[in-house]
Amino acid sequence: MPALLASEIERVFREEYGRALAVLARVFGDIDIAEEAVQDAFTVAVQRWPSAGLPPSPAGWIITTARHRAIDRLRREASRADRHTQAVLLLAGSGPAEEAAVRDDRLRLIFTCCHPALAAGVQVALTLRLLGGLSTAEIARAFLVPEPTMAQRLVRAKGKIRDAKIPYQVPGEAELPGRLRAVLAVIYLIFNEGYTASSGGRLIREDLCTEAIRLGRLLAELMPGEPEVMGLLALMLLTESRRAARSTGDGDLVLLADQDRDRWDRGLIAEGQAIVRQCLQRGEPGPYQIQAAINAVHSDAPTASATDWRQILQLYNQLMSCAPSPVVALNRAVAVAEVQGPDAALTLVDGLDLGNYHLFHAIRADLLRRLGRTAEAAQAYDMAIARTGNAAERDLLRRNRQLLTGA
Amino acid sequence: MTRYLLSVYQPDGPAPPSADLRRIMQDVEALNREMKAAGVWVFSGGLHQPGTATVLRPHDGGVLISDGPFAEGKEHIGGFTIITAPDLDAALDWGGRLAGATTLPIEVRPFQDAAGD
Repeated sequence: MPALLASEIERVFREEYGRALAVLARVFGDIDIAEEAVQDAFTVAVQRWPSAGLPPSPAGWIITTARHRAIDRLRREASRADRHTQAVLLLAGSGPAEEAAVRDDRLRLIFTCCHPALAAGVQVALTLRLLGGLSTAEIARAFLVPEPTMAQRLVRAKGKIRDAKIPYQVPGEAELPGRLRAVLAVIYLIFNEGYTASSGGRLIREDLCTEAIRLGRLLAELMPGEPEVMGLLALMLLTESRRAARSTGDGDLVLLADQDRDRWDRGLIAEGQAIVRQCLQRGEPGPYQIQAAINAVHSDAPTASATDWRQILQLYNQLMSCAPSPVVALNRAVAVAEVQGPDAALTLVDGLDLGNYHLFHAIRADLLRRLGRTAEAAQAYDMAIARTGNAAERDLLRRNRQLLTGA
Repeated sequence: MTRYLLSVYQPDGPAPPSADLRRIMQDVEALNREMKAAGVWVFSGGLHQPGTATVLRPHDGGVLISDGPFAEGKEHIGGFTIITAPDLDAALDWGGRLAGATTLPIEVRPFQDAAGD
């Protein structure tokens, strides 16, 4: 029997956490009991697996063991007068826990975690904790808050789910589009938090991207009929494909146009592009699908100068008509600069009310530089530098500003 | 089943024009009738202006009486409805309709004891 390392047990539990927790939360009707039960099963696994080996179905083993442990624990702790616990036991003894129910259970749990009655930051933390199996300490580190603060946030959220009876169900048809948008926003927020790497431990940040993609894949598996679910997955895969090329060995940021395209991950690109093609065939476009399509066009270009900017501009026009925002308008202006020239783009950018957004000033600076308006460009770079919190982005802006005055 | 308190948050100051107020009252009445027909309605009522409130505080073994309202602010509870619902989504559904009828923000808050206990 091969020896099983503690780290391997941990990996298996992390992998199966969401699945197990979702089933147990349904069986016991209580997230705290479910969390404790999985923790108990982990303790048993650490004792047994090293000698007995990995069970044939780790998820099934975890769910069965956790369920038995939780029932034992509840029986021990329950007084006969405790009607709530008696009711939970009655439910847990009779309900099915077979694998077939698991898909729906995880989907229900996602919608519970991303319920609009919970604040956006809380939705993110709960999703990472309950579906991603991240520890409270890991989530706290990723979002740069002290661990006790994050622990308190999670306790409060779980208390609200229990006391206000936030239901454990997939919303009905009338609410589904709005509620699904919230779920997609949470997953994309997790991805972006990892991608921006605003500060903190770098590894943890990359973990967030991996986790977001894992959640995106899970949702795509559970709701394959929802085009925006597929669109978000494609968008994340295509963005992630450029990670290695996005920074130099020293951690300096490299913009899309300057990236070494040989370092792009061809596997992720192929997967993302295939999904984009499927979405196009389906013909129900939405903001995530269009953004994925824009990224797919970039991925198609062997060099930056070979980029099909006309197609990108068309896609931005489409995005502006279905999900208009000043930030989309700003990104569209970048495409306009490539198709119609920096003059036309600058007119558009100057009409936007985004003075607090560092990329607004960075893009203005670049357009002014291309128009030969050096002094104004330097000023715009200064505005951008003053407004960015990300060290790598700030360094890049400083380098560009130096090139301007050095030339 | 859980009981939920639906509080109506009303801005201080003069009431809306009488035509608007009449329509609001009609809509709220209609919603109350619907809640009763659905068997979810427990209690509802509108309150007089916050200036009519009196605050009592335990003090030195007795009670200190002062002019209200208790909380300073630009909005106060103008009325409330209590309903029973199987879960928050059902309560939010009724709460959303109350917001529509009153044209005001509604706070939905669960009671501690389950209905029927």
